[in-house]
Amino acid sequence: MRPDSEADRLAVTFARVLRGAGLDVPVGSTITFADALAAVGLERRAGVYWAGRATLVRSPEDRDAYDRAFASFWEGIVEIPERSVPAGSISLAFDADRDTPDADEEASDDEQATPTVAVRWSPAEVLRHCDFAELTHAELVEARRMMADLKLAGPLRRSRRRQRTHRERGRPDLRRTVRRTLRTAGEPIDRAFTAPSQRPRRIVLLCDVSGSMEPYARAFLRFVQAAVVGHGRVEAFAMGTRLTRITRELSSRDPDAALSAASRRVLDWSGGTRLGEALRAFNDQWGVRGMARGAVVVILSDGWDRGDPDVLAGEMARLRRVAHRIVWVNPLKATPEYAPLARGMAAALPYVDEFVTGHSMAALGELAEVISK
Amino acid sequence: MIDVKDVGAVRDALGAHDYLADEGLATAIFLALKLNRPLLLEGEAGVGKTEVAKVLARWTGGELLRLQCYEGIDAAQAVYEWDYSRQLLHLRAAEASGDAIDEDELYSERFLVRRPLLRAIAHDSQQVPVLLVDEVDRADDEFEAFLLEVLSDFAITVPELGTFRAESPPVVVVTSNRTRDVHNALKRRCLYHWIDHPDFERELAILRVRAPEVREELARQVAGAAEALRDLDLYKPPGVAETIDWAHAVAALGAARLDATTVDVTLGTVLKYREDQERARAHGLDHLVDAAAAHDRAS
Repeated sequence: MRPDSEADRLAVTFARVLRGAGLDVPVGSTITFADALAAVGLERRAGVYWAGRATLVRSPEDRDAYDRAFASFWEGIVEIPERSVPAGSISLAFDADRDTPDADEEASDDEQATPTVAVRWSPAEVLRHCDFAELTHAELVEARRMMADLKLAGPLRRSRRRQRTHRERGRPDLRRTVRRTLRTAGEPIDRAFTAPSQRPRRIVLLCDVSGSMEPYARAFLRFVQAAVVGHGRVEAFAMGTRLTRITRELSSRDPDAALSAASRRVLDWSGGTRLGEALRAFNDQWGVRGMARGAVVVILSDGWDRGDPDVLAGEMARLRRVAHRIVWVNPLKATPEYAPLARGMAAALPYVDEFVTGHSMAALGELAEVISK
Repeated sequence: MIDVKDVGAVRDALGAHDYLADEGLATAIFLALKLNRPLLLEGEAGVGKTEVAKVLARWTGGELLRLQCYEGIDAAQAVYEWDYSRQLLHLRAAEASGDAIDEDELYSERFLVRRPLLRAIAHDSQQVPVLLVDEVDRADDEFEAFLLEVLSDFAITVPELGTFRAESPPVVVVTSNRTRDVHNALKRRCLYHWIDHPDFERELAILRVRAPEVREELARQVAGAAEALRDLDLYKPPGVAETIDWAHAVAALGAARLDATTVDVTLGTVLKYREDQERARAHGLDHLVDAAAAHDRAS
């Protein structure tokens, strides 16, 4: 037992406040924080602040939550705002006004008669908090069962890691050769070799969650969740008016828990679409730095983009330079009269290696094959 | 052991060795030394993550042991390996002279090749070494799990020789570029600090220390222009390393002031993407010069 000190009590209380603000604070970190407080002292606010930053925060995304919690806690107001969106800003924007529609967008808007290919986009970013788990779509239940059987794996590539081989060529495996030489009284008769091993490429899934993708996005997210759980080298992002990384949320084995966690994380669910900017955020923060290098990048989107198509084209070009292959999944492609007229789609298409539909379970199965090709 | 009094002492010591740390970084380093914890540093490229380990080694006088991670790195490159060629030669020699082969001798310290992790744990120097595990996100998960084990126990077992245990644990600095998430267990083991781009005053102070040949007025302008560049929404905003290069380059050209022509010909030292250079030019190099001059006047 350690003596009850002011630093300890402070540490435990503040850790509780942080947990309330949505940060993951394990007990071990609280103890480290208490030790850190004892080391820097409690006299200066900055000392306490940075002691907590070094011991309780583990990613830059958590910094804002920490700052808010710290400010309110040390100013004596232990009142942490909930992570949910204020009720006033929750609204739907399916039938949003089309203020400056382009001719081609208008045309395909008029064309669409079947409700399954609803093509809508919204001019405003709509923060919408939704709960996947509460959705009881009969098809979705069925699809979920089938998706568990979908095996998604990237194509193999040569790794730098070497493995044993029974063949008598490759690079000599001296470690094993020495061992065998011991058996033959110092004469290296039986030699061993290594060969490069194979490793699956990383798969990066970028899922468009804007209003116009609404009918498909939910099914896609289940597909993505099955992929994240089933394989260690899959990363998932939601693209709307902003980019949200949802790999961690989707990695829960329970699909309902995973999808509700993801929907809580994605604030712009069914909002507008700004593909170029979302893709740019991906390239800047993750993709070009290393995540997309040599990876198969799968973009699930109908290509309806409210942003500047030049931005999208530029970002696709950047992505193309680092990725192994880019697969674009567009459910609208399933309709016979489909032509990639949406400005975003037209801008992105030159950089796409594979253009597939993915509108049904069968199509998703095909997609899995295309990815592992 | 390195005995440090408080955060201020760390800051002063780093400053005396040409590294200007802000309060957050100094606190994190202080705590890492005080609590014997590894320090995980993340941040944009060029903000000086690796430099932290180097300056710690200069300050403490401990040996800098650098482990550069890459995909496929394994224990043979990180911990230890046997000197197989010499083992084979030894075996041949023993066979030729008709001596009996002693397996224990074959797997003794004599044939052990120590890699950075083992050297950091099994050191016998007065001053504890500084272990730099650079770009840990490039290594694969398996290696990360192994690293966690080493950093938790500060002990390494070589089956043929026994367990090496650090009498006083090394100072450990782990860096990551965030190409993927470092595993949570490893993060929990470490203290964490995200290094931001410096503000104008700090960057200017860094330029004074790292590019002493650059005159004050010019240094102010370069720092101001770098700050303006970071607001341009570039693919790769310049890090401190680029700012220092830029200041060196401008001074080498013999320019007394930063003008549009000088910026134009030296832009490649600070912006490394063609798109970024185009963006800066489209924005207008004159604007950059104006932004730089604004700081000049503020002085």
